[in-house]
Amino acid sequence: MSRDFLANIRDEYDVIVIGSGLAGLTAANLLGRAGRSVLLLEQHYKLGGMATWFRRPRRHIFDISLHGFPVGMIKSCRKYWSTEIADSIVQLKNIRFDNPMFSLTTTFDRRDFSRLLVDQFHVDPLSVEQFFDVARQMNFYDDQTTTVRQLFDRCFPGREDVIRLLMEPITYANGSTLEDPAITYGIVFSNFMSKGVYIFEGGTDHLITLMERELRHNHVDIAIRCEVNGIEVERGGVSGVRVGNRVIRTRSVVSNANLLGTIFGMVGEQHFDAAFVEQARAVRLNTSSTQVYMALREGDEIDESTGDLLFSSTAPVFRTDLLLNRDVTSRTFSFYYPRTRPHGPRQYAIVSSTNAYFDDWANLTTEEYAASKQDLIDTTIDALEKYVPQARSRIAHVEAATPVTFQHYTKHVQGSSFGTKFEGLAVSRSLPEQVRGLFHAGSVGIIMSGWLGAINYGVIVANDVDSMLMKQSSSPLPKVAFP
Amino acid sequence: MTPAEIRDEILDILDNIAPDDDLSNLKDEIPFRDQMELDSMDFLDIVMELRKRYRVQIPEEDYPQLASMQSTCTYLAPRMLDLERIAR
Repeated sequence: MSRDFLANIRDEYDVIVIGSGLAGLTAANLLGRAGRSVLLLEQHYKLGGMATWFRRPRRHIFDISLHGFPVGMIKSCRKYWSTEIADSIVQLKNIRFDNPMFSLTTTFDRRDFSRLLVDQFHVDPLSVEQFFDVARQMNFYDDQTTTVRQLFDRCFPGREDVIRLLMEPITYANGSTLEDPAITYGIVFSNFMSKGVYIFEGGTDHLITLMERELRHNHVDIAIRCEVNGIEVERGGVSGVRVGNRVIRTRSVVSNANLLGTIFGMVGEQHFDAAFVEQARAVRLNTSSTQVYMALREGDEIDESTGDLLFSSTAPVFRTDLLLNRDVTSRTFSFYYPRTRPHGPRQYAIVSSTNAYFDDWANLTTEEYAASKQDLIDTTIDALEKYVPQARSRIAHVEAATPVTFQHYTKHVQGSSFGTKFEGLAVSRSLPEQVRGLFHAGSVGIIMSGWLGAINYGVIVANDVDSMLMKQSSSPLPKVAFP
Repeated sequence: MTPAEIRDEILDILDNIAPDDDLSNLKDEIPFRDQMELDSMDFLDIVMELRKRYRVQIPEEDYPQLASMQSTCTYLAPRMLDLERIAR
């Protein structure tokens, strides 16, 4: 008989959080801290969602999305998690670009970018300053018709090289493109570029271990391997969550599952009004990714001047369709040196990431899929050899993940690794107006994407939930029409 | 609570939010943002902390009232008149 992962779970909670990505974890932690009874349900056997890792024989360990979040993570982790977590965040100082237009290394902050733009790209210092100021002053409620492309053309007309420098990292970070609203770029860019890029020292496994400890300290009940079959709705409000053969009662749900999966799968469109369903259907999912994970043989080393993050491309210009194309020409290499895990094995690992379409991988035969994966591995190692000579003979372990892999592990619709496009934010925010007690927190709208976006969105939604619960408990009981 | 007590409470909350800022010279009539490195998440923290400590609800449309210490105390005084702290 299989183990009952719901064995110690109560029949009723103030809040049930579905999904343990960083937004779900953070919402659960804050609500537990506020004294609410909280159940956290995760379908996978590990917490973390896309903030995850995996182990392979010979002590290899690979991180999926650890590399390169903004400085704001330090503050958010201190406020919403613990000083121990915040104190383990360190800067990555060697950010490299290598493409047919330019090669450079930067610390990836406003000062260094300004220096590069003026000294190396010969842009007028005033234009640089104006651009940074425009980006910094953008709000999510500003004009949405201007695209990123138009913003760049206005500030740096004819400068494809400048566009590439400023855009490529953001595409890596959140899957956004030149066709997205300029405000999404401005908000993410100003968060990202002010003080460099950072990493959690100790690895994703250690981070999630610390977070789980904090959740238990705040009396959050956690159940893994529990896939939610549905969210129960009665008289316009959430009444429970179906999992396995049980219904666990609750007045509020925070879904950290994919937004569309939540609306059309877990709840069902009959509980929403027609205009909302139409609005939700129009939400475009963001793209997925392919990744190749490579570890060097024991004892072999890579010089740290190779860089921490390397935006590498052989494409002559930066174009969205080229980035997403199956014939990959652009890759971001994350180099994980032994300092990533000071107390772990002395491992040198490289993770190559490329944004990709689900449909390019989902409809292949088993043989085609295996061959495509092998081709992805081979071409990635070819590209890596420019930076790590003879890489092929030095790699002890290599494997690849595709959009299909991401869908398998996260259950996200189309394996989406960056949530939704901009319009998803409004749909996510207005769920509670449709179904009382139904909330969503997770990567949406580009600006709430990435590790910091997800954590902060978890906080915003936890505030909404706590506020609703307090209003309900302080208001008099509703009048019953029929005694 | 008196406005002076509310002020002390806000200072305590701010001290937790921004431990690196020196609050002893905080000017009540000048916006917090002009004196400290506060972002929109920090203002949300003030709202959440007040709800946790005093069960006082601040609707989203009133968030701008929290711009400075003076406006915060003016806004909260009638709302926290009869309240006592319930949680730490």
